[in-house]
Amino acid sequence: MIPIEAIINILPQLSQGLGVTISVLLASAFFAYLMAFVAGLCRLSSNKLLRGFTGFYVEVFRGTSLIVQLFWLYYAIPILFGIQLGSNWWAGVIAIALNYGAYMSEVVRSSILAVAKGQTEAATALNMSRFQRMRLVIFPQAVRMMLPEFGNYTIQILKGTSLVSLIGLTDILYYGDIIRSTNYQQAPLVYLLVLVFYFIIALPLIFATRKAESISKKGVAS
Amino acid sequence: MNNNGWSWEAFTESLPVILDGIEITVGLTIASYLFALLFGFVWTFLRRVPNKAFHFVVTWIMEFIRSTPPLVQLFFLYYALPMVPVIGIALHPLAAATLGLGIHFSTYIGEIYRSGIESVEKGQWEAAKALNLSTSKKWTKIVLPQALPPTIPMLGNYFIIMFKEVPLASTIGVLGILSLANSYGAQYWSYLEPLTIVALIFLALSYPSAILIRKLERRMNTRFDKKAALNEAKGA
Repeated sequence: MIPIEAIINILPQLSQGLGVTISVLLASAFFAYLMAFVAGLCRLSSNKLLRGFTGFYVEVFRGTSLIVQLFWLYYAIPILFGIQLGSNWWAGVIAIALNYGAYMSEVVRSSILAVAKGQTEAATALNMSRFQRMRLVIFPQAVRMMLPEFGNYTIQILKGTSLVSLIGLTDILYYGDIIRSTNYQQAPLVYLLVLVFYFIIALPLIFATRKAESISKKGVAS
Repeated sequence: MNNNGWSWEAFTESLPVILDGIEITVGLTIASYLFALLFGFVWTFLRRVPNKAFHFVVTWIMEFIRSTPPLVQLFFLYYALPMVPVIGIALHPLAAATLGLGIHFSTYIGEIYRSGIESVEKGQWEAAKALNLSTSKKWTKIVLPQALPPTIPMLGNYFIIMFKEVPLASTIGVLGILSLANSYGAQYWSYLEPLTIVALIFLALSYPSAILIRKLERRMNTRFDKKAALNEAKGA
């Protein structure tokens, strides 16, 4: 019943795209985390201009679609500024990182705000500077709260990487489309295998997220 | 044709073309959202079947749908479903998109329902049992009226999230605002203005709704906090 021969035939072709999918995932996750912390902290800054600017960034990227942002970066930026973003790979990574960085900055911001006020007061009473308070007292507690949401968003980023095939990157979905276009009969099997590929990449992220949930709850009075 | 900078001419020319797609984009959002709202109940129901093996299978099917890209799921429904032996049917792009996005997000919606149901206090279930209510009465009169209202802001959020996922359907030929902008761009080789219009439309529609939902959320929170405070005062 299970068409083993066809699967053996398709798998190596799909796995050609594995490198691109994973490299886009890792790079965009890295830059999204970076953006999340930078933007999240900037939104808590006492500088009105900085706060306004990052607020604008967050609302614009959360208010529009990832696919629209991707196309915009890919097609529109070169026209508008006459610059190329380096390559399709960078266009994909930057779009995904800016999009999810905006969402995750809200996680950073709300987690920092959620650290009980008494902690700040205690740190102040211990004569800590503003920076010390953030680095030694508030931030370590806030990061723990962020972990589950960061796990969830990393899975979202993985799902988002499938869009880069639309701007010509040769990821798993790209190879799946190629096989499908040459052999229409195999379409169900091809896309099922593509989904399985994504699911296998997602599995460690799913378990890491569950682990993160238990870490974030440990030792916290509810 | 247009390779250097912004052109208001292209902007005003492409605007009416793109606005034609708004109906489809919004319509598809509503259709797939309603589908997700209904199908979410199916997941919640299936997960309550008291059989460990069944529960395990349902949970992992949900996890599978949730953690794989909706784009690939759309391709599966549109390109692959007609080729499936016996049950294969060719779907209209709109039907495929409604089904694909609806099923994908129903797994999230189902989880929201579940959290709402689990937040109904144990005493309420016990009271329903003590009053000898039938199963349907217990759910429609006791559990769901308490479980669903607190989930409304979260459900509203998913409407906005789904609205932003709808342009994925342009890849299987749904003529929403994004595909109209893309075809305009391909025809006149000017992508900047049409894509900017699409981004502005999304922003103009989703930002106010997001603010509305945040307000709703805050109102709900104070309402349920009051309830909690009341309970505390009563010593419950």
